[in-house]
Amino acid sequence: MANEKFAYAPAPESRAIVDLAPSYGLFIDGEFADAADGTVFKTVSPSSEEVLAEVARAGEADVDRAVKAARKAFGSWGALPGAERGKYLFRIARILQERSRELAVLETLDNGKPIRETRDVDLPLVAAHFFYYAGWADKLAYAGYGPDPRPLGVAGQVIPWNFPLLMLAWKIAPALAAGNTVVLKPAETTPLSALFFADVCRQAGLPRGVVNILPGYGDAGAALVAHPDVDKVAFTGSTQVGRAIARTVAGTRKKVTLELGGKAANIVFDDAPVDQAVEGIVNGIFFNQGHVCCAGSRLLVQESVQEEVLDALRRRMSTLRVGDPLDKNTDVGAINSAEQLARITELAEAGEAEGAQRWAPACELPTSGYWFAPTLFTGVTQAHRIAREEIFGPVLSVLTFRTPAEAVEKANNTPYGLSAGIWTEKGSRILSMASKLRAGVVWANTFNKFDPTSPFGGYKESGYGREGGRHGLEAYLDV
Amino acid sequence: MSDKSEQQRLSVFKTYKLYVGGKFPRSESGRVYEVTDSKGGTWLANAPLSSRKDARDAVVAARKAVPGWSGATAYNRGQVLYRVAEMLEGRREQFAREVADAEGLSKSKAAAAVDAAVDRWVWYAGWTDKIAQVVGGANPVAGPFFNLSTPEPTGVVAVLAPQDSSLLGLVSVLAPVIATGNAAVVVAAERAPLPALSFGEVLASSDVPAGVVNILSGRTAELSAPLAAHQDVNGLDLTGAPADLAADLEAAAADTLKRVRRPSAEVWTNDPGTSRLTSWLETKTVWHPIGV
Repeated sequence: MANEKFAYAPAPESRAIVDLAPSYGLFIDGEFADAADGTVFKTVSPSSEEVLAEVARAGEADVDRAVKAARKAFGSWGALPGAERGKYLFRIARILQERSRELAVLETLDNGKPIRETRDVDLPLVAAHFFYYAGWADKLAYAGYGPDPRPLGVAGQVIPWNFPLLMLAWKIAPALAAGNTVVLKPAETTPLSALFFADVCRQAGLPRGVVNILPGYGDAGAALVAHPDVDKVAFTGSTQVGRAIARTVAGTRKKVTLELGGKAANIVFDDAPVDQAVEGIVNGIFFNQGHVCCAGSRLLVQESVQEEVLDALRRRMSTLRVGDPLDKNTDVGAINSAEQLARITELAEAGEAEGAQRWAPACELPTSGYWFAPTLFTGVTQAHRIAREEIFGPVLSVLTFRTPAEAVEKANNTPYGLSAGIWTEKGSRILSMASKLRAGVVWANTFNKFDPTSPFGGYKESGYGREGGRHGLEAYLDV
Repeated sequence: MSDKSEQQRLSVFKTYKLYVGGKFPRSESGRVYEVTDSKGGTWLANAPLSSRKDARDAVVAARKAVPGWSGATAYNRGQVLYRVAEMLEGRREQFAREVADAEGLSKSKAAAAVDAAVDRWVWYAGWTDKIAQVVGGANPVAGPFFNLSTPEPTGVVAVLAPQDSSLLGLVSVLAPVIATGNAAVVVAAERAPLPALSFGEVLASSDVPAGVVNILSGRTAELSAPLAAHQDVNGLDLTGAPADLAADLEAAAADTLKRVRRPSAEVWTNDPGTSRLTSWLETKTVWHPIGV
């Protein structure tokens, strides 16, 4: 009975609010244009494999053209009084709020994530991020980076597909506030919201060339990072690509920030309130289909409460609704791409092959599109691939511990260091654990919380630099 | 008679040794190299020619020291660093002599450089319990959450000490690394390593725990490659890197995504600012719900 889902009638959000054109160009110097070599690619809806639009694919020549446009625009944008730059950003924040339902539906279509998340998490945070950094634009002298911190110039920014518009906001808002101009490459599977953002810039009257959007693949990203006239590189994505970028910029003047992979431990102590902890575990790993760099993908549960926590977790997982991302009742949407689905599938198979026990609730998956049921592995050891490698999917690996020291040891036993979770009612233990975990963000009795004022970024091989807050300005200032 | 014998007294040379894990070993390789004065004429000492193995041993010692040193209170680190300045102050004449020989400076200029080094160390000693308030703080998030960002040390930092300033340059790059709770492996200026090796003696007679600072002498090019590529080094200061190697070292450091400080022209007598402190700090942000 407890495992039964209530029958809900479908509650789909209308997609009529989004006016999709059959094709989109690159956004360079304030205008949409075809790629120099005329190449295009298709972007599909991962929940149905329906082609949403054809998009121009940027190549090296386009990167060069966009960087030149950004360089040209930098002269006047960088010299604009901060208050004026700020007002452009305030305009953008407001327009994003006005168009937030449209953009939420668009993001859900292109990315596959549930409308409840794009509507309640992504879009509010996107607008908030622009609003926050808008206010910094005329206050840079008070940010603690000296009396007259200068912008760097042209920022080359490469973002991932898991939070397309939110990652765009994290990159563009501080860059523009500090007086830089940008060339941004969205991921090849989710180019649409960035192209709609170009239209937001048009509506805001943003001077041409300040923001340039280059949809494309890894080759365009590599060309952007390597372009000699780029002063600043910002990347969010895999650790592997992050290493390649760090090698590319070695020996140059380019300033770099990297926000890379993670394998976060979510640590549950025996005194934690079980229901709250289970909500946190579920949010930690199944939010956004687990396509989250800071996902709580390793559950470390104290041995004495293992059975209780896992029983409750299985019960809760059985109530997760997997399916149509546009349905307002959906908890878990589609996997973003066939390629990502293959990677998740391969790692889950490795988990079984290496001897961990796999469990997933009975759940009917749609027949078209890319889907993976929320999955739990128990009996996982630290040597297993599913405990070491970032899966970037709805797969949770459960390990156990006996003492706080063992929990710290296991939590830190990873080259990553992006985030961590702690669940306990004991305050002194929270503070002790929080100080010992080598991670840039620690959520205690909560998980996956984000805010524009709160610095986000990793230790160790999860990258360097911070996004958000006063700290996030440093990446875009010559300091 | 006593005057005469003093004049003829043969001085006692010092065997310069490495400083690793709180001890003074020779290079495991048994190698030394000849260190001469800055004009290249007069023999000063045979310094250890450290090997890649010495570099790896130093990293092991540094890693071992990280939990204790990074876990010490900021006040305690400040006290320990101030003690180092006291010890250095007491040996100003020795260091002035060594710096004069190493850098070809007049006695007064060398003395000024040593004084500046002591003062620089005192400046950083005072930073240990202040930097967290300057770069950290509460974040006003839009929800019922306590949210606090605090700086934490990066871990083990490999430092290529500047080649142009054997003591003032050395302390200017080393002090900020350990003031913030990191442990350091320092490669001393290649042709002028003696002040750095003697500085190890100052550290040993202060209260700096073993392994917090490890000092190697030898060929910067030979030692920097294994340090840049080392899997257990978190940060790399390229200040003293040979110009033709800096890019390669930065690329090698990319494999483990080390925090890299690129070489830049520095005037060591200038106000150092805080950037060398923040280079080796991570920001940790902790969230907790607010409720009853």
